[in-house]
Amino acid sequence: MMETLLPYMSWLPAELQYLVVTLIKIVAIVIPLFIIVAYYTYAERKVIGYMQIRVGPNRVGPKGLFQPFADMFKLMFKEIVVPTNANIYLFIIAPVLAFAPAMAAWAVIPFNDTLVFSDINAGLLYILAMTSLGVYGVIIAGWASNSKYALLGAMRSAAQIVAYEIAMGFALVGVLMASGSLNLGDIVDAQRGDWSNWFFIPLLPLFLVYFIAGVAETNRAPFDVAEGESEIVAGFHVEYSGMTFAVFFLAEYANMILISMLTALMFLGGWLSPWPELLPDSIFWLFFKTGIFMLLFLWFRATFPRYRYDQIMRLGWKVLLPVTIVWLVVEGVMVYYQVGPWAA
Amino acid sequence: MWIETVVFYFFATLTVLSAISVITMRNPVHAALFLVLTFFSTAFLWMLLEAEFLAITLVLVYVGAVMVLFLFVVMMLDINIAVLREGFIKFLPVGIALALVMFGLIYYALSGDQFSLQAMADPPPKAADYSNTKALGAVLYTDYVFAFEVAAVILLVAIIAAIALTMRKRPETKYQNPSDQIRVKKQDRLRVIKMEAEKE
Repeated sequence: MMETLLPYMSWLPAELQYLVVTLIKIVAIVIPLFIIVAYYTYAERKVIGYMQIRVGPNRVGPKGLFQPFADMFKLMFKEIVVPTNANIYLFIIAPVLAFAPAMAAWAVIPFNDTLVFSDINAGLLYILAMTSLGVYGVIIAGWASNSKYALLGAMRSAAQIVAYEIAMGFALVGVLMASGSLNLGDIVDAQRGDWSNWFFIPLLPLFLVYFIAGVAETNRAPFDVAEGESEIVAGFHVEYSGMTFAVFFLAEYANMILISMLTALMFLGGWLSPWPELLPDSIFWLFFKTGIFMLLFLWFRATFPRYRYDQIMRLGWKVLLPVTIVWLVVEGVMVYYQVGPWAA
Repeated sequence: MWIETVVFYFFATLTVLSAISVITMRNPVHAALFLVLTFFSTAFLWMLLEAEFLAITLVLVYVGAVMVLFLFVVMMLDINIAVLREGFIKFLPVGIALALVMFGLIYYALSGDQFSLQAMADPPPKAADYSNTKALGAVLYTDYVFAFEVAAVILLVAIIAAIALTMRKRPETKYQNPSDQIRVKKQDRLRVIKMEAEKE
């Protein structure tokens, strides 16, 4: 696809051509992502509305379809208020630090066999590293705001993310053991065959732990104590307004889509078809599976009350972490005796 | 490749400047954030050395976990800088001596016949599909497995020691037992009483 563009750029030096192609690829990932984020917020309000027997937004455009744009323009033209005695540099940098890793992680996501921006060997590690960086935005926002509520939110978030990252990392070790590769494309390839070859069957506990930890990492309900509007107003972003607030929002939703897509790639066979004889593999399978998890995020928010803070820590350290460690041992035994998917 | 050179000097300068800022910043939170930047730009330098596993692990472990906890503690404590700076003149000679020794060691190591540019020529770049994660794992779990396990045990001892030092039974502390709270059934707490409606 990109090769068709090259003749038009032949007047550029070779290195600049490469740069232009790379930039076009980045735009081709980021722009659809922004549009999906915008409509994900709309879907959230609609879905939760229907779950609570309301109609949700229905004023702007037909069925409220232009609501995301109305929200976007509102946020763009609102004033950015900087609190007294806040550290202005860190206050402005914080949303950027939340947003940049959320975007950077998309670099290694494969959309099908060939459609991947950067096909690196250590893709899984890179994803873990990038998702673990997002917490800095929250911590710095909480500290730089010079507000007690924001600081409390930041503290909660720091402890929570460190706790759940470990369980998440261990769940990924299971995927690594099953596929024998850190490359996301190879991980999907290792699940080839029909739906019974997908990793969610032999790795069921890790699959559940990964998704739960993913919900906790993105600070979403029922683990959204970093915001906790009933206790600490809005937590780390209580002092943010206008575009700075919007950037936090964008990062959070991009991370939710990322976690959904990673779960689909690593446990549900990504773009592979569940019945390869009947239906061909295609990128639409990936979007469909991602959509299921994106819906689950919303469903959780409509269904579960917020966890109490000490119980979140208990769940992370005393339930999820032991489950992953035990299952890694079980998986090791299965690999050794060549049970299930490891049968030679 | 001039791009590599530009990238190297950019991140090398960033590393040095942010490292200097770590020790000169007055605010401990700013110092910790500059330490994060130092780690991050060091990771880029390692990436240039084709050590992608180490670079990503540096970001994952130090930036993503260790420094988060560091910041957590630094933000909670109200550290008095004046007290920290009191002994500056007193300890200055020791500091200078240490710095000289460090510099001497690095100078000796880099200029000797072990690690000098002449002794260690540029290794040929590996192919794009070479996985240094796999290579590192293969060496770590075979040739150096004993050292690896010793390191793991030392870390475990340190964890247990830290917990043992901070775990004190304080009778005045009140805490909840979540597993008891979860185990509670409706019958334990709630009594449904049948009674006549009261009328005026």
